[in-house]
Amino acid sequence: MDSGIVNGGASSDDILREIERLEAEKKEIENRILLLQAQLNNKTAPDACRKEDDTDRFPRPLVNSLRNGEVSGEGLSADMIYRYSRHLLLPDFGVEGQLKLLKSSILVVGAGGLGSPVALYLASCGVGCLGIVDDDMVELNNLHRQIIHAEAYVGKLKVKSAAAACRAINSSIKLVEHREALKAVNALDIVSKLLKLKRYDVVVDATDNLPSRYMINDCCVLLGKPLISGAALGLEGQLTVHHHNGGPCYRCLFPTPPPTAACQRCSDSGVLGVVPGVIGCLQALEAIKVATAVGEPLSGRMLLFDALSSRIRIVRHLVKMRGRSSHCVVCGENAAFTQQNFQNFDYECFTQSPMSDRSSPKLKLVPESARISSKEYKELVDKHEPHVLLDVRPAHHFKISAIPGSVNIPLSILEDKLPTIDLALREAGQVSGKHASLYVVCRRGNDSQRAVQYLNGNGFPLAKDLIGGLESWAQDVDRTFPIY
Amino acid sequence: MTLVIPLFRAREVTSMAEESEDTCAANKAGGVTKMQKTSDMEEREVGPWIEVKVLFFARARELTGLTDISLLMPPQSTARDCMSKLLNNFPKLEEIYNSMVLALNEEYVPESTVLRNRDELAIIPPISGG
Repeated sequence: MDSGIVNGGASSDDILREIERLEAEKKEIENRILLLQAQLNNKTAPDACRKEDDTDRFPRPLVNSLRNGEVSGEGLSADMIYRYSRHLLLPDFGVEGQLKLLKSSILVVGAGGLGSPVALYLASCGVGCLGIVDDDMVELNNLHRQIIHAEAYVGKLKVKSAAAACRAINSSIKLVEHREALKAVNALDIVSKLLKLKRYDVVVDATDNLPSRYMINDCCVLLGKPLISGAALGLEGQLTVHHHNGGPCYRCLFPTPPPTAACQRCSDSGVLGVVPGVIGCLQALEAIKVATAVGEPLSGRMLLFDALSSRIRIVRHLVKMRGRSSHCVVCGENAAFTQQNFQNFDYECFTQSPMSDRSSPKLKLVPESARISSKEYKELVDKHEPHVLLDVRPAHHFKISAIPGSVNIPLSILEDKLPTIDLALREAGQVSGKHASLYVVCRRGNDSQRAVQYLNGNGFPLAKDLIGGLESWAQDVDRTFPIY
Repeated sequence: MTLVIPLFRAREVTSMAEESEDTCAANKAGGVTKMQKTSDMEEREVGPWIEVKVLFFARARELTGLTDISLLMPPQSTARDCMSKLLNNFPKLEEIYNSMVLALNEEYVPESTVLRNRDELAIIPPISGG
């Protein structure tokens, strides 16, 4: 950096402050340029239009004397006309659509892979009030898909980072930062009691877990809000508009939550960065359509995106069926689900899965005698104790990083590989003439316990689990060990 | 990944056909032979038997290791019959059986829906990531 202000010895905080100051300055200048461009446009537009086609001209009465960023019932200010001109040029959207959008308020739940494009697009498109809810921090492993966050925000609140990015794109809209997780106890308040009696018109579910999906759905049904629901995992995505104009809700489609194993997270199964991006963009599109009553929203239909085969399918309800399930416990004809019920409902228990990665409970399947800490294991290695370290993660995980010398036998095929383990133990014992011990490791220390439980009952009574897996090895023994 | 019905399934169909009154042995044998010759659904003649293409999505894809499969079903089979057959061949599908939607030719249907030849049945469990 050749700037005199930020030298090589400046701390990250100093750099961030300087960036913030410069950003503010930049925004100020950009606003001034926009205003001037708008003025210039107003002066030249009539002449330019006359040269092309008179019918293409912006309707003059809409350019009024409103100040920068203001919107009134009658029309748009000059700089807004310039900013949103490409929307205004769309015959199906036009001034009416833009005005509706500018008067709408949309809540985006989650500022992750889906929420990133949703928030960016809604902010740039000119949603009047954009609320973002999230209590998570930006992590480096988010950035490949959560495109709203920049490196400088790693370790900081996602909601703060997302709002800053949106403000940088469009300073004329109202941004509300909800720095908390949306839960049954606060959801009704957050969705229905926005500033000065104004409420959110549309809710976008951009969360990453099952209990939140059911909770947000129920909240929207109770408050009568349309819900734009998107999901992405691996190379697939799903998108639906729920509870819109009498259409079905999430529970109509999936009254029974799948078991925990069936609903994986990106942090376990992986996700190609662009996939939530595609679904998030479509969510923003549906949110705009619903907010402006333009087009035909994806209500009563589900879009399935298959990145692997580049195929999009749309599954719909039979025309003769209304779509909504009459038996639905929250939106059905005889549903008796109240706000009180909602606030007391345990969604994590209902879905058997946690809302947050951080609250994932640690399994305890094997007795303490069959476990060893990563530090204790390190001591054994240093003492050259003959042993075999069995890594039971899937083969593609093992390729990412592994403790040197460990043997990979994935849990799924462990049953068939017992002779291999036996052989490895004998070989390890031969070198020192002593009996070799068997230790089992995985990523977080859950699968290794399952493996030890199985091994203990199938000819390896002394097999031990490495507590906390590779994550604990990286934290307590080898800080340079790559975690993922 | 497309899997065409393996031989055992054809045999299974044959044995089921024996119980069925409205199927003649000649048709059965014809259907089975042709199936082994070609994997192209369009060219196949299965007589009174109906051929259903099942599409797997999300977790169903992981559990079966397939994106789709072709099933030969007795006439008048329902989506439920198709599911029973799938559960028989892929017991792991039990995991999502109670929490998925069935779509027949891109329309949500109840399990009681009767299938027709060359129908496309999609098994769609929810995705929750984001």
